[in-house]
Amino acid sequence: MTAGDLAPFWLTLRLAAIVTAILLVAATPLAWWLAHSKSRMRPMIEAVTAMPLVLPPTVLGFYLLVALNPSTPLGGLWMNATGTSLTFSFAGLVVASLIYSLPFAVQPLQAAFAEIGRKPIEAAASCGAGPLDAFMSVAVPLARRGYLAAAVLTFAHTLGEFGVVLMVGGNIPGQTKTVAIAIYERVEVLDYPAAHGMSALLVALSFAALYLLFRTNRREAAG
Amino acid sequence: MTGLDLDIRHSRGDFSLAVQAALPASGLTAVFGPSGAGKSTLLRLVAGFERAEGRIAFGDQVWSDQGHFVPPHRRRVATVFQEPRLFAHLDVRGNLSYAARRSGAEIAPVVRDLGLEPLLPRRTGGLSGGEAQRVALARALLTRPRLILMDEPLSALDQARRAEILPLVEGLRDRLGLPILYVSHSVGEVARLATHVLAMVQGHVASLGPAEDVFANSAAAVAFGGEEPGSLIAARVIGMTDDGLCRLGFAGGEILLPEPVGPKDAKVRVFVRARDVMIAAARPEGLSALNILPAVVHAVGQVNAASSDVILDMNGSRVRARVTHRSVRNLELSPGRACHAILKSVALARD
Repeated sequence: MTAGDLAPFWLTLRLAAIVTAILLVAATPLAWWLAHSKSRMRPMIEAVTAMPLVLPPTVLGFYLLVALNPSTPLGGLWMNATGTSLTFSFAGLVVASLIYSLPFAVQPLQAAFAEIGRKPIEAAASCGAGPLDAFMSVAVPLARRGYLAAAVLTFAHTLGEFGVVLMVGGNIPGQTKTVAIAIYERVEVLDYPAAHGMSALLVALSFAALYLLFRTNRREAAG
Repeated sequence: MTGLDLDIRHSRGDFSLAVQAALPASGLTAVFGPSGAGKSTLLRLVAGFERAEGRIAFGDQVWSDQGHFVPPHRRRVATVFQEPRLFAHLDVRGNLSYAARRSGAEIAPVVRDLGLEPLLPRRTGGLSGGEAQRVALARALLTRPRLILMDEPLSALDQARRAEILPLVEGLRDRLGLPILYVSHSVGEVARLATHVLAMVQGHVASLGPAEDVFANSAAAVAFGGEEPGSLIAARVIGMTDDGLCRLGFAGGEILLPEPVGPKDAKVRVFVRARDVMIAAARPEGLSALNILPAVVHAVGQVNAASSDVILDMNGSRVRARVTHRSVRNLELSPGRACHAILKSVALARD
């Protein structure tokens, strides 16, 4: 592997880290609502949230490409504010990945919040804690395994995305060229040793992340 | 001073609750009734965990009224739940300071009173049921509440653990001067703890008043559900007899108990099951029963196809007797009839 092969790695890690950080915060209220709401809207919101799980990434990527280009309101707003296009840029990749990886953040959190239930929150209220206080001081710490799972899954999933990135980001070195795309590019030119190097590194990273998750879960469970 | 003032309605599915009651501002009011009577729902409405239609006020504060709702954390109501609901991510000390930090209360005195020092560094998961409920009780006190709600706090505990927690609840009742609303379906618990009783049946108030009165009120009979109905008699220890019996004085005369129950002048409460009370038209002779007291029939109420509860008045103390319709006819029991009550078995009110 050359230094040029490492650049996509840094880009990918940066993308995954940013997306994970944003999603852990942004998915929290949504997951809480899905876990506790009795609204009739809930199944619909749940379905929309889970769509990225079942849609072909190219379909998702295609619509994101259409939605983010500078002629749309969102794309135009970005163009005006930054002078650059949201499509074929790192920022565009972040936006696309947020949507693509959303269910991987929401679902573990939703499950964790549902398992906690209302009881500890009522106990907190009876100790004088308001809703936000109770949420931060009781629900979040009790859901820490859910947060860990959400973080690992979101991170690992963002690491490996291909179709969406290719559609929205293209293949611009240093901007949108992620590991998955770099591997594809190497294979296209029959440079198997480089493809091997990067693939093996990705396998090792993903395994390490999952191993960490399961080991922590086991320790927590053993208490 | 008034305590809790309720005029509320609530319905969920085919269960509906309508309660109108003014509860005392001190002492322990037992919310008593068979399961499904709406006792826990009433508590949740008072705590603010669910919204009621109508009005809830406490002292000079309105907690819930049309367009006005004080959320649970601003009511200064501490709830002790059936299960301890300790925060699993905090140790015992953390659970206590969670409440104390938000109320400004001092932890040390409460920890000392409830004997919790050795438990402080423990994880909540490793506590026994009794220990956990003691911590929950301490946590509730550390919120500096104006009202304490207890939702069957002993029902998940075994007999031995109950015996451990009951005196603590008694202590709170006697020392704090705070009103306590205590949900229970156990006659024993209510007999021992309650100063007042709110008897509930099917979402409605069957009877409300001092415990002795409610136990003797025929309208409250149905609140006993499947449990053994009986009467409470407030008495005072007079002393011991030479042959080991304890003499108790009450409005209707003297009762003998076959065990020492406390020092002279100690206030006690005895419980007499309705089926342990016999009625005789004339004073019976040659009976082994120790406690035979003159009484006057106050009221007769039918409880089922074969039996009635006769409420006997003994100079102001009321005792419930369960007899058959046939006996009511044979003895011509109707209000005002003088008779004798034979208390076959009398027990100190304890769980």
